[in-house]
Amino acid sequence: MEIWYSLVNHLLPFEWSQHIFMKNALLAVLLVSPLFGILGTLVVNNRMAFFSDTIGHSSLTGIAIGIIFGLSDPLWAMVIFSILLAVTISMVKNSVKASTDTIIGVFSATAVALGIVILSRGGGFAKYSNFLIGDLLSITARDVTMLALLLVAIIALWILMFNKLLLVSVNPTLALSRGIQVRWLDTFFCVVMAIIVTVSIQWLGILIINSLLVLPAAAARNISRNMFQYHLYSISIIFIAGLAGLICSYYWGTATGATIVLFAALLYSGTLLTKFRLN
Amino acid sequence: MIKTITKIKPQSPACGLCCTKLEHFGVNRGKTEILKDVNLHIHCGELTALIGPNGAGKTTLLKAILNEIPHSGELKFLDAKDCRTGHPLVGYVPQRLDFDAGSPTSVLDLFVASISNMPAWWLANRRLREKVRGSLARAQAEHLLDRRLGDLSGGELQRVLLALALEPIPDLLLMDEPVSGVDQRGMELFYRMVSNLRQQYDLSIILVSHDLTLVARYADRIVFLNQTVLSSGTPQQVFTDEKVVQTFGRIPLIDMNHC
Repeated sequence: MEIWYSLVNHLLPFEWSQHIFMKNALLAVLLVSPLFGILGTLVVNNRMAFFSDTIGHSSLTGIAIGIIFGLSDPLWAMVIFSILLAVTISMVKNSVKASTDTIIGVFSATAVALGIVILSRGGGFAKYSNFLIGDLLSITARDVTMLALLLVAIIALWILMFNKLLLVSVNPTLALSRGIQVRWLDTFFCVVMAIIVTVSIQWLGILIINSLLVLPAAAARNISRNMFQYHLYSISIIFIAGLAGLICSYYWGTATGATIVLFAALLYSGTLLTKFRLN
Repeated sequence: MIKTITKIKPQSPACGLCCTKLEHFGVNRGKTEILKDVNLHIHCGELTALIGPNGAGKTTLLKAILNEIPHSGELKFLDAKDCRTGHPLVGYVPQRLDFDAGSPTSVLDLFVASISNMPAWWLANRRLREKVRGSLARAQAEHLLDRRLGDLSGGELQRVLLALALEPIPDLLLMDEPVSGVDQRGMELFYRMVSNLRQQYDLSIILVSHDLTLVARYADRIVFLNQTVLSSGTPQQVFTDEKVVQTFGRIPLIDMNHC
Protein backbone atom coordinates (compact mmCIF):
# COMPACT_ATOMS: atom_id res chain seq x y z
CA MET A 1 0.00 0.00 0.00
CA GLU A 2 2.87 2.37 0.84
CA ILE A 3 4.17 2.05 -2.70
CA TRP A 4 0.74 2.97 -4.02
CA TYR A 5 0.47 6.01 -1.76
CA SER A 6 3.84 7.41 -2.81
CA LEU A 7 3.03 6.62 -6.43
CA VAL A 8 -0.17 8.66 -6.19
CA ASN A 9 1.70 11.50 -4.49
CA HIS A 10 4.15 11.61 -7.35
CA LEU A 11 1.79 11.17 -10.26
CA LEU A 12 -1.30 12.98 -9.01
CA PRO A 13 -0.31 16.08 -7.06
CA PHE A 14 -3.91 17.31 -6.69
CA GLU A 15 -5.88 18.36 -3.67
CA TRP A 16 -8.31 15.42 -3.79
CA SER A 17 -5.58 12.83 -4.03
CA GLN A 18 -3.87 13.93 -0.81
CA HIS A 19 -6.27 12.05 1.46
CA ILE A 20 -5.61 8.43 2.32
CA PHE A 21 -9.28 7.49 1.81
CA MET A 22 -9.21 8.98 -1.67
CA LYS A 23 -6.06 7.05 -2.49
CA ASN A 24 -7.76 3.86 -1.33
CA ALA A 25 -10.90 4.70 -3.26
CA LEU A 26 -8.88 5.42 -6.38
CA LEU A 27 -7.23 2.03 -6.12
CA ALA A 28 -10.66 0.49 -5.59
CA VAL A 29 -11.95 2.17 -8.75
CA LEU A 30 -8.95 0.80 -10.65
CA LEU A 31 -9.84 -2.70 -9.44
CA VAL A 32 -13.62 -2.45 -9.70
CA SER A 33 -13.49 -1.17 -13.29
CA PRO A 34 -12.07 -4.28 -14.91
CA LEU A 35 -13.99 -6.52 -12.51
CA PHE A 36 -17.41 -5.11 -13.35
CA GLY A 37 -16.50 -4.26 -16.92
CA ILE A 38 -15.61 -7.89 -17.60
CA LEU A 39 -18.45 -9.49 -15.65
CA GLY A 40 -20.97 -7.09 -17.16
CA THR A 41 -20.28 -8.25 -20.72
CA LEU A 42 -21.80 -11.65 -20.07
CA VAL A 43 -24.47 -10.36 -17.71
CA VAL A 44 -25.81 -8.23 -20.56
CA ASN A 45 -25.23 -10.89 -23.20
CA ASN A 46 -27.03 -13.56 -21.19
CA ARG A 47 -29.82 -11.15 -20.26
CA MET A 48 -29.10 -11.62 -16.59
CA ALA A 49 -29.57 -8.00 -15.52
CA PHE A 50 -32.67 -8.86 -13.56
CA PHE A 51 -30.93 -11.79 -11.94
CA SER A 52 -28.00 -9.72 -10.71
CA ASP A 53 -30.45 -7.12 -9.47
CA THR A 54 -32.19 -9.79 -7.42
CA ILE A 55 -28.91 -10.99 -5.96
CA GLY A 56 -28.12 -7.41 -4.97
CA HIS A 57 -31.46 -6.90 -3.28
CA SER A 58 -31.42 -10.25 -1.56
CA SER A 59 -28.30 -9.31 0.33
CA LEU A 60 -30.66 -7.41 2.62
CA THR A 61 -31.93 -10.81 3.69
CA GLY A 62 -28.35 -12.01 4.06
CA ILE A 63 -27.62 -9.10 6.41
CA ALA A 64 -30.78 -9.87 8.37
CA ILE A 65 -29.84 -13.53 8.74
CA GLY A 66 -26.33 -12.56 9.81
CA ILE A 67 -27.81 -10.35 12.52
CA ILE A 68 -30.14 -13.09 13.75
CA PHE A 69 -27.14 -15.35 14.21
CA GLY A 70 -25.34 -12.52 15.95
CA LEU A 71 -22.46 -12.09 13.50
CA SER A 72 -20.56 -8.83 13.79
CA ASP A 73 -19.71 -8.82 10.09
CA PRO A 74 -22.71 -10.03 8.08
CA LEU A 75 -20.61 -10.55 4.92
CA TRP A 76 -20.41 -14.34 5.26
CA ALA A 77 -24.12 -14.68 5.87
CA MET A 78 -24.73 -12.46 2.82
CA VAL A 79 -22.44 -14.50 0.58
CA ILE A 80 -23.85 -17.84 1.69
CA PHE A 81 -27.44 -16.66 1.31
CA SER A 82 -26.79 -15.24 -2.15
CA ILE A 83 -25.12 -18.48 -3.28
CA LEU A 84 -28.12 -20.46 -2.05
CA LEU A 85 -30.45 -18.11 -3.84
CA ALA A 86 -28.42 -18.25 -7.06
CA VAL A 87 -28.37 -22.05 -7.06
CA THR A 88 -32.09 -22.23 -6.33
CA ILE A 89 -33.04 -19.76 -9.05
CA SER A 90 -30.80 -21.49 -11.57
CA MET A 91 -32.27 -24.90 -10.75
CA VAL A 92 -35.90 -23.79 -10.73
CA LYS A 93 -35.34 -21.87 -13.97
CA ASN A 94 -34.04 -25.03 -15.68
CA SER A 95 -36.80 -27.33 -14.52
CA VAL A 96 -39.96 -25.22 -14.53
CA LYS A 97 -41.56 -24.03 -17.71
CA ALA A 98 -42.37 -20.53 -16.50
CA SER A 99 -40.63 -17.48 -17.88
CA THR A 100 -37.30 -16.73 -16.25
CA ASP A 101 -38.46 -13.19 -15.48
CA THR A 102 -41.39 -14.47 -13.48
CA ILE A 103 -39.34 -16.95 -11.48
CA ILE A 104 -36.66 -14.40 -10.63
CA GLY A 105 -39.35 -11.83 -9.80
CA VAL A 106 -40.96 -14.22 -7.34
CA PHE A 107 -37.67 -14.97 -5.60
CA SER A 108 -36.64 -11.33 -5.60
CA ALA A 109 -39.84 -10.12 -3.99
CA THR A 110 -39.76 -12.83 -1.35
CA ALA A 111 -36.13 -12.30 -0.42
CA VAL A 112 -36.41 -8.53 -0.16
CA ALA A 113 -39.61 -8.69 1.88
CA LEU A 114 -38.07 -11.20 4.26
CA GLY A 115 -35.00 -9.02 4.70
CA ILE A 116 -37.01 -5.87 5.36
CA VAL A 117 -39.31 -7.62 7.83
CA ILE A 118 -36.39 -8.89 9.89
CA LEU A 119 -34.34 -5.70 9.74
CA SER A 120 -37.25 -3.35 10.48
CA ARG A 121 -38.15 -5.29 13.62
CA GLY A 122 -37.78 -2.77 16.42
CA GLY A 123 -37.43 0.13 13.99
CA GLY A 124 -33.68 -0.14 13.46
CA PHE A 125 -33.64 -0.05 9.69
CA ALA A 126 -31.76 3.24 9.32
CA LYS A 127 -28.41 1.88 10.46
CA TYR A 128 -28.26 -0.43 7.46
CA SER A 129 -28.59 2.37 4.93
CA ASN A 130 -24.85 1.93 4.36
CA PHE A 131 -25.68 -1.19 2.41
CA LEU A 132 -28.31 0.60 0.35
CA ILE A 133 -26.11 3.39 -0.94
CA GLY A 134 -22.70 1.91 -0.30
CA ASP A 135 -19.60 3.80 0.70
CA LEU A 136 -16.64 3.59 -1.62
CA LEU A 137 -14.71 6.10 0.49
CA SER A 138 -14.83 3.82 3.54
CA ILE A 139 -12.77 1.21 1.74
CA THR A 140 -9.78 -0.07 3.72
CA ALA A 141 -6.50 -1.64 2.70
CA ARG A 142 -7.92 -5.06 3.60
CA ASP A 143 -10.94 -4.48 1.36
CA VAL A 144 -8.66 -3.49 -1.49
CA THR A 145 -6.80 -6.79 -1.15
CA MET A 146 -10.12 -8.60 -1.31
CA LEU A 147 -11.11 -6.72 -4.47
CA ALA A 148 -7.75 -7.60 -6.03
CA LEU A 149 -8.37 -11.28 -5.26
CA LEU A 150 -11.81 -11.10 -6.86
CA LEU A 151 -10.29 -9.50 -9.94
CA VAL A 152 -7.65 -12.22 -10.24
CA ALA A 153 -10.37 -14.85 -9.85
CA ILE A 154 -12.58 -13.34 -12.55
CA ILE A 155 -9.68 -13.02 -14.99
CA ALA A 156 -8.76 -16.66 -14.40
CA LEU A 157 -12.38 -17.62 -14.93
CA TRP A 158 -12.52 -15.59 -18.13
CA ILE A 159 -9.39 -17.24 -19.50
CA LEU A 160 -10.54 -20.75 -18.66
CA MET A 161 -14.28 -20.66 -19.20
CA PHE A 162 -15.31 -17.65 -21.25
CA ASN A 163 -15.55 -19.62 -24.49
CA LYS A 164 -18.00 -22.07 -22.98
CA LEU A 165 -20.06 -19.33 -21.36
CA LEU A 166 -20.23 -17.47 -24.67
CA LEU A 167 -21.40 -20.55 -26.57
CA VAL A 168 -24.12 -21.21 -24.02
CA SER A 169 -25.28 -17.63 -24.40
CA VAL A 170 -25.45 -18.03 -28.19
CA ASN A 171 -27.39 -21.29 -28.17
CA PRO A 172 -27.64 -23.85 -25.34
CA THR A 173 -28.37 -26.80 -27.64
CA LEU A 174 -25.43 -25.90 -29.84
CA ALA A 175 -23.24 -25.70 -26.74
CA LEU A 176 -24.52 -29.07 -25.62
CA SER A 177 -23.70 -30.62 -28.98
CA ARG A 178 -20.12 -29.49 -28.42
CA GLY A 179 -19.91 -31.29 -25.11
CA ILE A 180 -20.55 -28.40 -22.73
CA GLN A 181 -22.39 -29.14 -19.50
CA VAL A 182 -24.89 -26.35 -20.00
CA ARG A 183 -26.87 -26.54 -16.77
CA TRP A 184 -23.88 -26.97 -14.55
CA LEU A 185 -22.16 -24.05 -16.23
CA ASP A 186 -25.23 -21.84 -15.87
CA THR A 187 -25.46 -22.56 -12.15
CA PHE A 188 -21.75 -22.01 -11.74
CA PHE A 189 -21.86 -18.62 -13.45
CA CYS A 190 -24.86 -17.57 -11.34
CA VAL A 191 -22.90 -18.46 -8.19
CA VAL A 192 -19.80 -16.53 -9.32
CA MET A 193 -21.95 -13.51 -10.04
CA ALA A 194 -23.71 -13.82 -6.69
CA ILE A 195 -20.39 -13.84 -4.83
CA ILE A 196 -18.95 -10.84 -6.67
CA VAL A 197 -22.12 -8.75 -6.42
CA THR A 198 -22.57 -9.54 -2.74
CA VAL A 199 -18.99 -8.84 -1.74
CA SER A 200 -18.99 -5.53 -3.62
CA ILE A 201 -22.25 -4.34 -2.11
CA GLN A 202 -20.73 -2.75 0.98
CA TRP A 203 -18.79 -0.31 -1.19
CA LEU A 204 -21.19 0.25 -4.05
CA GLY A 205 -24.60 -0.22 -2.46
CA ILE A 206 -27.61 -2.37 -3.24
CA LEU A 207 -29.43 0.34 -5.11
CA ILE A 208 -26.77 1.07 -7.70
CA ILE A 209 -24.59 -2.00 -7.98
CA ASN A 210 -26.62 -3.36 -10.85
CA SER A 211 -26.28 -0.19 -12.88
CA LEU A 212 -22.52 -0.49 -12.61
CA LEU A 213 -22.72 -4.04 -13.88
CA VAL A 214 -25.09 -3.32 -16.74
CA LEU A 215 -24.39 0.24 -17.94
CA PRO A 216 -20.76 -0.10 -19.12
CA ALA A 217 -21.44 -3.34 -21.00
CA ALA A 218 -24.68 -1.98 -22.46
CA ALA A 219 -22.82 1.11 -23.65
CA ALA A 220 -19.97 -0.98 -25.07
CA ARG A 221 -22.45 -3.12 -26.97
CA ASN A 222 -23.65 -0.11 -28.90
CA ILE A 223 -20.24 0.50 -30.39
CA SER A 224 -18.52 -2.89 -30.62
CA ARG A 225 -18.49 -5.44 -33.39
CA ASN A 226 -16.69 -8.30 -31.68
CA MET A 227 -15.82 -9.68 -28.26
CA PHE A 228 -12.43 -7.98 -28.04
CA GLN A 229 -13.91 -4.52 -28.63
CA TYR A 230 -16.81 -5.36 -26.31
CA HIS A 231 -14.46 -6.04 -23.39
CA LEU A 232 -12.11 -3.19 -24.22
CA TYR A 233 -14.90 -0.59 -24.41
CA SER A 234 -16.76 -1.95 -21.42
CA ILE A 235 -13.69 -1.71 -19.19
CA SER A 236 -12.72 1.72 -20.57
CA ILE A 237 -16.19 3.14 -20.04
CA ILE A 238 -16.50 2.03 -16.43
CA PHE A 239 -12.95 3.22 -15.81
CA ILE A 240 -13.62 6.71 -17.17
CA ALA A 241 -16.93 6.90 -15.33
CA GLY A 242 -15.29 5.63 -12.15
CA LEU A 243 -12.50 8.18 -12.24
CA ALA A 244 -14.78 11.09 -13.15
CA GLY A 245 -17.36 10.02 -10.56
CA LEU A 246 -14.80 9.68 -7.79
CA ILE A 247 -13.24 13.11 -8.37
CA CYS A 248 -16.54 14.93 -8.86
CA SER A 249 -18.16 13.34 -5.85
CA TYR A 250 -15.24 14.64 -3.76
CA TYR A 251 -15.81 18.23 -4.88
CA TRP A 252 -19.61 18.04 -4.91
CA GLY A 253 -19.87 16.13 -1.63
CA THR A 254 -22.12 13.50 -3.17
CA ALA A 255 -22.31 9.70 -2.81
CA THR A 256 -19.44 8.26 -4.87
CA GLY A 257 -21.16 5.16 -6.26
CA ALA A 258 -24.19 7.07 -7.50
CA THR A 259 -22.01 9.76 -9.09
CA ILE A 260 -20.08 7.06 -10.95
CA VAL A 261 -23.34 5.57 -12.20
CA LEU A 262 -24.45 8.97 -13.50
CA PHE A 263 -21.26 9.31 -15.51
CA ALA A 264 -21.70 5.80 -16.85
CA ALA A 265 -25.26 6.69 -17.87
CA LEU A 266 -23.93 9.78 -19.63
CA LEU A 267 -21.45 7.66 -21.58
CA TYR A 268 -24.23 5.22 -22.39
CA SER A 269 -26.33 7.96 -23.95
CA GLY A 270 -23.27 9.00 -25.93
CA THR A 271 -22.87 5.52 -27.44
CA LEU A 272 -26.60 5.39 -28.10
CA LEU A 273 -26.30 8.56 -30.19
CA THR A 274 -23.58 7.04 -32.38
CA LYS A 275 -25.91 4.12 -32.96
CA PHE A 276 -28.67 6.43 -34.21
CA ARG A 277 -26.28 8.16 -36.51
CA LEU A 278 -25.01 4.89 -37.97
CA ASN A 279 -28.46 3.63 -38.81
CA MET B 1 -19.00 -21.74 -56.32
CA ILE B 2 -19.69 -25.39 -55.66
CA LYS B 3 -16.47 -26.44 -57.34
CA THR B 4 -14.28 -24.85 -54.69
CA ILE B 5 -15.52 -27.39 -52.22
CA THR B 6 -14.33 -30.42 -54.14
CA LYS B 7 -10.75 -29.19 -53.87
CA ILE B 8 -10.71 -29.78 -50.14
CA LYS B 9 -9.10 -33.08 -49.35
CA PRO B 10 -11.61 -35.61 -48.06
CA GLN B 11 -10.73 -36.87 -44.59
CA SER B 12 -11.95 -40.42 -45.02
CA PRO B 13 -12.79 -42.49 -48.05
CA ALA B 14 -16.40 -43.43 -48.49
CA CYS B 15 -17.07 -46.72 -46.76
CA GLY B 16 -20.79 -47.18 -46.70
CA LEU B 17 -20.39 -49.71 -43.93
CA CYS B 18 -20.42 -47.54 -40.89
CA CYS B 19 -23.80 -46.68 -39.56
CA THR B 20 -25.73 -45.01 -36.80
CA LYS B 21 -28.66 -46.79 -35.24
CA LEU B 22 -31.42 -45.42 -33.10
CA GLU B 23 -33.13 -48.19 -31.21
CA HIS B 24 -36.46 -47.79 -29.46
CA PHE B 25 -36.15 -44.06 -28.85
CA GLY B 26 -38.91 -42.66 -26.68
CA VAL B 27 -39.45 -39.26 -25.07
CA ASN B 28 -42.03 -38.34 -22.48
CA ARG B 29 -42.66 -34.85 -21.28
CA GLY B 30 -44.81 -34.97 -18.19
CA LYS B 31 -47.57 -37.40 -19.03
CA THR B 32 -47.50 -36.72 -22.75
CA GLU B 33 -45.75 -39.22 -24.93
CA ILE B 34 -43.93 -37.15 -27.57
CA LEU B 35 -41.99 -39.96 -29.22
CA LYS B 36 -42.35 -43.71 -28.85
CA ASP B 37 -40.35 -46.60 -30.23
CA VAL B 38 -38.47 -44.70 -32.92
CA ASN B 39 -36.08 -46.96 -34.83
CA LEU B 40 -33.73 -45.53 -37.42
CA HIS B 41 -30.81 -46.95 -39.29
CA ILE B 42 -28.61 -44.36 -40.98
CA HIS B 43 -25.72 -45.22 -43.27
CA CYS B 44 -22.71 -43.03 -43.75
CA GLY B 45 -22.85 -40.82 -46.78
CA GLU B 46 -26.62 -40.79 -46.65
CA LEU B 47 -28.89 -37.83 -46.27
CA THR B 48 -31.91 -38.83 -44.27
CA ALA B 49 -34.72 -36.31 -44.17
CA LEU B 50 -37.18 -36.22 -41.28
CA ILE B 51 -40.58 -34.99 -42.31
CA GLY B 52 -43.86 -34.83 -40.46
CA PRO B 53 -46.63 -32.46 -39.41
CA ASN B 54 -46.04 -29.70 -36.85
CA GLY B 55 -45.64 -31.10 -33.36
CA ALA B 56 -44.70 -34.53 -34.68
CA GLY B 57 -41.57 -34.52 -32.51
CA LYS B 58 -38.94 -33.91 -35.18
CA THR B 59 -36.96 -31.31 -33.25
CA THR B 60 -37.52 -33.32 -30.08
CA LEU B 61 -35.87 -36.32 -31.71
CA LEU B 62 -32.80 -34.25 -32.57
CA LYS B 63 -32.60 -32.94 -29.03
CA ALA B 64 -32.95 -36.46 -27.67
CA ILE B 65 -30.06 -37.62 -29.87
CA LEU B 66 -28.04 -34.72 -28.49
CA ASN B 67 -29.01 -35.82 -24.96
CA GLU B 68 -30.49 -32.42 -24.20
CA ILE B 69 -33.73 -34.05 -23.12
CA PRO B 70 -33.98 -37.38 -21.34
CA HIS B 71 -35.05 -40.30 -23.50
CA SER B 72 -35.37 -44.05 -23.47
CA GLY B 73 -33.76 -46.28 -26.05
CA GLU B 74 -30.23 -46.36 -27.39
CA LEU B 75 -28.02 -44.61 -29.90
CA LYS B 76 -25.45 -46.93 -31.44
CA PHE B 77 -22.63 -46.07 -33.73
CA LEU B 78 -20.46 -48.43 -35.73
CA ASP B 79 -17.34 -47.23 -37.48
CA ALA B 80 -16.37 -49.13 -40.61
CA LYS B 81 -12.61 -48.80 -40.18
CA ASP B 82 -11.86 -49.71 -36.60
CA CYS B 83 -15.26 -50.96 -35.55
CA ARG B 84 -15.35 -48.20 -32.99
CA THR B 85 -18.65 -48.31 -31.28
CA GLY B 86 -20.24 -46.01 -28.80
CA HIS B 87 -21.44 -42.47 -29.03
CA PRO B 88 -20.75 -40.81 -32.38
CA LEU B 89 -19.29 -37.35 -32.69
CA VAL B 90 -22.37 -35.29 -33.41
CA GLY B 91 -22.48 -31.97 -35.26
CA TYR B 92 -25.57 -29.86 -34.84
CA VAL B 93 -27.02 -27.07 -36.97
CA PRO B 94 -29.80 -25.39 -34.97
CA GLN B 95 -32.97 -24.14 -36.60
CA ARG B 96 -32.34 -20.63 -35.42
CA LEU B 97 -30.29 -18.94 -32.78
CA ASP B 98 -32.32 -17.41 -30.01
CA PHE B 99 -29.64 -14.88 -29.39
CA ASP B 100 -29.86 -11.17 -29.00
CA ALA B 101 -29.28 -9.63 -32.45
CA GLY B 102 -27.47 -6.74 -30.75
CA SER B 103 -24.84 -8.99 -29.25
CA PRO B 104 -21.32 -8.03 -30.37
CA THR B 105 -20.37 -11.59 -31.25
CA SER B 106 -18.59 -11.94 -34.58
CA VAL B 107 -18.46 -15.12 -36.63
CA LEU B 108 -14.80 -15.39 -35.68
CA ASP B 109 -15.70 -15.11 -31.97
CA LEU B 110 -18.21 -17.91 -32.32
CA PHE B 111 -15.66 -20.19 -33.97
CA VAL B 112 -12.83 -19.33 -31.59
CA ALA B 113 -15.14 -20.01 -28.65
CA SER B 114 -16.07 -23.38 -30.14
CA ILE B 115 -12.83 -24.81 -31.42
CA SER B 116 -9.99 -23.18 -29.56
CA ASN B 117 -8.69 -22.77 -26.04
CA MET B 118 -7.82 -19.15 -26.71
CA PRO B 119 -10.43 -17.01 -24.98
CA ALA B 120 -12.69 -15.37 -27.57
CA TRP B 121 -12.34 -11.96 -25.92
CA TRP B 122 -8.69 -11.82 -26.82
CA LEU B 123 -7.45 -10.97 -30.33
CA ALA B 124 -7.16 -14.11 -32.43
CA ASN B 125 -3.72 -14.64 -33.95
CA ARG B 126 -3.18 -15.08 -37.66
CA ARG B 127 -2.98 -18.86 -37.53
CA LEU B 128 -6.30 -19.15 -35.74
CA ARG B 129 -7.93 -16.70 -38.15
CA GLU B 130 -6.75 -18.74 -41.12
CA LYS B 131 -7.95 -21.95 -39.54
CA VAL B 132 -11.40 -20.47 -39.00
CA ARG B 133 -11.41 -19.08 -42.53
CA GLY B 134 -10.65 -22.61 -43.78
CA SER B 135 -13.53 -24.05 -41.76
CA LEU B 136 -15.90 -21.41 -43.10
CA ALA B 137 -14.80 -22.19 -46.66
CA ARG B 138 -16.41 -25.63 -46.37
CA ALA B 139 -19.78 -23.89 -46.40
CA GLN B 140 -18.74 -21.02 -48.69
CA ALA B 141 -18.90 -18.56 -45.84
CA GLU B 142 -15.27 -17.40 -45.54
CA HIS B 143 -16.18 -13.82 -46.42
CA LEU B 144 -18.37 -13.63 -43.30
CA LEU B 145 -15.42 -14.03 -40.90
CA ASP B 146 -15.59 -10.59 -39.29
CA ARG B 147 -19.33 -9.98 -39.53
CA ARG B 148 -21.49 -9.75 -36.44
CA LEU B 149 -23.84 -12.73 -36.01
CA GLY B 150 -26.75 -10.31 -35.70
CA ASP B 151 -25.96 -8.77 -39.11
CA LEU B 152 -26.13 -12.05 -41.03
CA SER B 153 -29.09 -12.95 -43.21
CA GLY B 154 -30.95 -16.21 -42.56
CA GLY B 155 -29.09 -18.02 -45.31
CA GLU B 156 -25.69 -16.69 -44.26
CA LEU B 157 -26.27 -17.67 -40.65
CA GLN B 158 -27.27 -21.15 -41.74
CA ARG B 159 -24.04 -21.55 -43.71
CA VAL B 160 -21.97 -20.32 -40.76
CA LEU B 161 -23.70 -22.77 -38.45
CA LEU B 162 -23.15 -25.58 -40.94
CA ALA B 163 -19.44 -24.72 -41.14
CA LEU B 164 -19.31 -24.73 -37.34
CA ALA B 165 -20.99 -28.15 -37.14
CA LEU B 166 -18.35 -29.48 -39.57
CA GLU B 167 -15.48 -28.44 -37.29
CA PRO B 168 -14.39 -31.06 -36.39
CA ILE B 169 -15.91 -33.32 -39.07
CA PRO B 170 -18.61 -35.22 -37.18
CA ASP B 171 -19.78 -38.79 -37.63
CA LEU B 172 -23.37 -37.71 -37.54
CA LEU B 173 -24.67 -34.32 -38.61
CA LEU B 174 -28.02 -33.16 -37.27
CA MET B 175 -29.69 -30.27 -39.05
CA ASP B 176 -32.84 -28.47 -38.13
CA GLU B 177 -33.86 -26.52 -41.19
CA PRO B 178 -35.17 -23.01 -40.65
CA VAL B 179 -38.89 -22.60 -41.35
CA SER B 180 -38.48 -19.11 -42.68
CA GLY B 181 -35.86 -16.49 -43.40
CA VAL B 182 -34.11 -18.24 -46.28
CA ASP B 183 -35.28 -17.70 -49.84
CA GLN B 184 -35.88 -20.47 -52.35
CA ARG B 185 -32.60 -19.96 -54.19
CA GLY B 186 -30.69 -19.98 -50.92
CA MET B 187 -32.36 -23.22 -49.89
CA GLU B 188 -31.55 -24.84 -53.20
CA LEU B 189 -27.92 -23.80 -52.83
CA PHE B 190 -27.84 -25.09 -49.28
CA TYR B 191 -29.21 -28.48 -50.24
CA ARG B 192 -26.67 -28.80 -53.05
CA MET B 193 -23.89 -27.92 -50.66
CA VAL B 194 -25.03 -30.39 -48.00
CA SER B 195 -25.39 -33.06 -50.66
CA ASN B 196 -21.79 -32.48 -51.75
CA LEU B 197 -20.44 -32.44 -48.21
CA ARG B 198 -22.16 -35.71 -47.46
CA GLN B 199 -20.28 -37.46 -50.26
CA GLN B 200 -17.01 -35.73 -49.55
CA TYR B 201 -16.79 -36.43 -45.83
CA ASP B 202 -18.91 -39.55 -45.78
CA LEU B 203 -21.30 -37.96 -43.33
CA SER B 204 -24.47 -39.41 -41.95
CA ILE B 205 -26.94 -36.60 -42.02
CA ILE B 206 -30.32 -36.30 -40.36
CA LEU B 207 -32.15 -33.27 -41.68
CA VAL B 208 -35.42 -31.99 -40.28
CA SER B 209 -37.03 -30.49 -43.32
CA HIS B 210 -40.09 -28.49 -44.23
CA ASP B 211 -39.45 -28.23 -47.93
CA LEU B 212 -40.76 -31.46 -49.40
CA THR B 213 -39.93 -30.64 -53.02
CA LEU B 214 -36.27 -30.13 -52.19
CA VAL B 215 -36.21 -33.16 -49.96
CA ALA B 216 -37.65 -35.25 -52.77
CA ARG B 217 -34.73 -34.24 -54.94
CA TYR B 218 -31.81 -34.36 -52.54
CA ALA B 219 -32.53 -36.87 -49.77
CA ASP B 220 -31.44 -40.50 -50.03
CA ARG B 221 -33.96 -41.65 -47.50
CA ILE B 222 -37.02 -40.07 -46.04
CA VAL B 223 -38.52 -40.79 -42.66
CA PHE B 224 -42.09 -39.74 -42.03
CA LEU B 225 -42.40 -39.13 -38.32
CA ASN B 226 -45.44 -38.55 -36.18
CA GLN B 227 -44.75 -39.74 -32.64
CA THR B 228 -43.12 -42.76 -34.21
CA VAL B 229 -41.80 -43.74 -37.63
CA LEU B 230 -44.87 -44.13 -39.82
CA SER B 231 -43.10 -44.58 -43.11
CA SER B 232 -39.51 -44.67 -44.31
CA GLY B 233 -37.63 -45.43 -47.47
CA THR B 234 -36.58 -43.71 -50.68
CA PRO B 235 -38.39 -40.50 -51.62
CA GLN B 236 -40.33 -42.48 -54.22
CA GLN B 237 -41.53 -45.01 -51.65
CA VAL B 238 -42.40 -42.52 -48.95
CA PHE B 239 -44.13 -39.94 -51.10
CA THR B 240 -46.43 -42.54 -52.58
CA ASP B 241 -47.32 -43.91 -49.14
CA GLU B 242 -51.01 -43.37 -48.34
CA LYS B 243 -50.30 -41.94 -44.85
CA VAL B 244 -47.90 -39.38 -46.24
CA VAL B 245 -50.22 -38.39 -49.06
CA GLN B 246 -53.01 -37.86 -46.51
CA THR B 247 -50.87 -35.44 -44.53
CA PHE B 248 -49.06 -33.55 -47.27
CA GLY B 249 -50.93 -34.26 -50.48
CA ARG B 250 -49.09 -35.45 -53.59
CA ILE B 251 -45.49 -34.33 -53.89
CA PRO B 252 -44.33 -33.91 -57.48
CA LEU B 253 -41.35 -36.21 -57.99
CA ILE B 254 -39.92 -34.56 -61.06
CA ASP B 255 -36.21 -35.10 -60.96
CA MET B 256 -34.88 -38.04 -59.00
CA ASN B 257 -31.25 -37.58 -60.05
CA HIS B 258 -29.01 -36.00 -57.45
CA CYS B 259 -26.60 -33.42 -58.62
